[in-house]
Amino acid sequence: MALYVDIRKRCGDFLLEVSFETDREMFAILGASGCGKSLTLKCIAGIEKPDAGVIRLDDTVLFDSERKINVPTRKRGIGYLFQDYALFPNMTVYQNILCGAGNKKKAYEYIEKFVLEGKEELYPAQLSGGQKQRVALARMLSQAPRLVMLDEPFSALDNYLKTQLEREVMNAMEEFGNGGIFVSHDRNEVYRLTDRIAVMENGSIADIQDKHRLFEAPKTLAATLLTGCKNITRLERRGDGFYALDWGILLTAVKDPQDGNDFRYAGVRAHFLEPADESLNGTENVVACDILRVIEDTFSMIVLFTSRTAAEKTGYAVMTYELSKEEWEAVKDKPLYLKIPADKLILMCR
Amino acid sequence: MDYSPLWISLKVAALATVCTFILGLFAARWVLSLKKIRFVIDGVFSLPMVLPPTVVGFFLLIIFGKNSVLGKLLMSMGLNVLFTWQGAVIAATVVSFPIMYRTSIGAFEQVDKNLLHAARTLGMSELKLFFKVLLPVSWPGVAAATILAFARALGEFGATIMLAGNIPGRTQTMSVAIYTAMQSGNRELAYRWVAIIMAISFLTIFLMNYWTSHQSALLTGRGRRGR
Repeated sequence: MALYVDIRKRCGDFLLEVSFETDREMFAILGASGCGKSLTLKCIAGIEKPDAGVIRLDDTVLFDSERKINVPTRKRGIGYLFQDYALFPNMTVYQNILCGAGNKKKAYEYIEKFVLEGKEELYPAQLSGGQKQRVALARMLSQAPRLVMLDEPFSALDNYLKTQLEREVMNAMEEFGNGGIFVSHDRNEVYRLTDRIAVMENGSIADIQDKHRLFEAPKTLAATLLTGCKNITRLERRGDGFYALDWGILLTAVKDPQDGNDFRYAGVRAHFLEPADESLNGTENVVACDILRVIEDTFSMIVLFTSRTAAEKTGYAVMTYELSKEEWEAVKDKPLYLKIPADKLILMCR
Repeated sequence: MDYSPLWISLKVAALATVCTFILGLFAARWVLSLKKIRFVIDGVFSLPMVLPPTVVGFFLLIIFGKNSVLGKLLMSMGLNVLFTWQGAVIAATVVSFPIMYRTSIGAFEQVDKNLLHAARTLGMSELKLFFKVLLPVSWPGVAAATILAFARALGEFGATIMLAGNIPGRTQTMSVAIYTAMQSGNRELAYRWVAIIMAISFLTIFLMNYWTSHQSALLTGRGRRGR
């Protein structure tokens, strides 16, 4: 399947304006809640109608505002996995799956495939979370959809169950083989499950890249924040390098010569910071730290600090350094100086 | 004691409930799909609830009367609803319709929208969706609506007496019988009818409570675990 989406929809003050293409891959839309990612899926499924634009799946036009085409949901052949699974509570497991499968033979084939034997006559309310998801997957995949969409399937689950269910979805999607669209606000989930990621903010796509590239070099501030980068500063040009307004230090970066010079923000991930010797204080990329708080996490230490040279303590001024517990033991009694590796610095124009 | 008002009442209320059940459900489903004119239609459908029953009866008299188009049409087919038990069914249907309609639309709106979306993504037609998903899932509410509509139809007085009159043995229902008994000073007969109506009303409320708790237990799976 190759999906082409280019749509606009206005809902009160909110404007959704997205365009992207995917092709037989696991494609993710990453965004905070309320950014329009679910609305995008609903438009593709035909649950919501965009104001304008085109949605094409392979060579079928699903929606075209100019040609007045709007294929009804039931004829789009798109599998949709809802966050709460949306199993019909008045039907048994078998009846639920039959709604997708269409005939008895196929329904039993999928009951077997998703290890639901013996549960056929149970109602959804009698199932565990994992079983519910398997029924929903079986129901969705048994209709042989042309495209599959997963709308935050794990966000309401606790961590233990999440890992297990994620693996099941991964297996099911691999077997399905036609790829799909996965929507989530969890960067780790998205990274594990998909190949390419679109970052969405406020109704439009802020960045769209291969997942490795996206986490290495996000192009916008929104994408950087959503991929979990905790240290951000505004930039000002100073000769060949930059001045970090919020950190109060000079920065040099290894930058792509193709990129322009109008970078306005820089960021560095908390675990890429390196302890530096006191003698390096005052040189480029080195921060003298005023430690605010040290938090012990399960397997690491999180140090919150501000730069001693920062003129004003703005919202961005609090920085985060993450390191292993052993490393922390080695540096905790001395004044802390941290180096920002030039190759790990993320530069953004907007 | 002549029990004919009891049988007439039950016959009229039962038939009226069947009519109002079908009309109310389809009206609720239709209004649910409307967008712009919804509040207008909703107002029209709810009108019999806020109008005095005598006013409803007055309108029905005009609509089914000899001088109206509908009255003439029925007349030419040899049908007459004025002062017949069929007229009482029409009056009870119209008066109980808003209760059925409003309670059902409330029940439909409470159904998780994702269930309906899911049904559509699975290729279900709107008709199948209505009967296999929407109606069963909202059934406790719809059942309550039906019982309330039945109770309302059973107690109907104003519109019935306007349209069907008060002919003993033919159109005299229990409510009308109580009124007639009091008018003629027969307190004992009035008491009896009051006792019978109260017994039936208690039974309906009891059935409704039993029904709804039983139904919601079925949907949430309580009491069925471990089977």
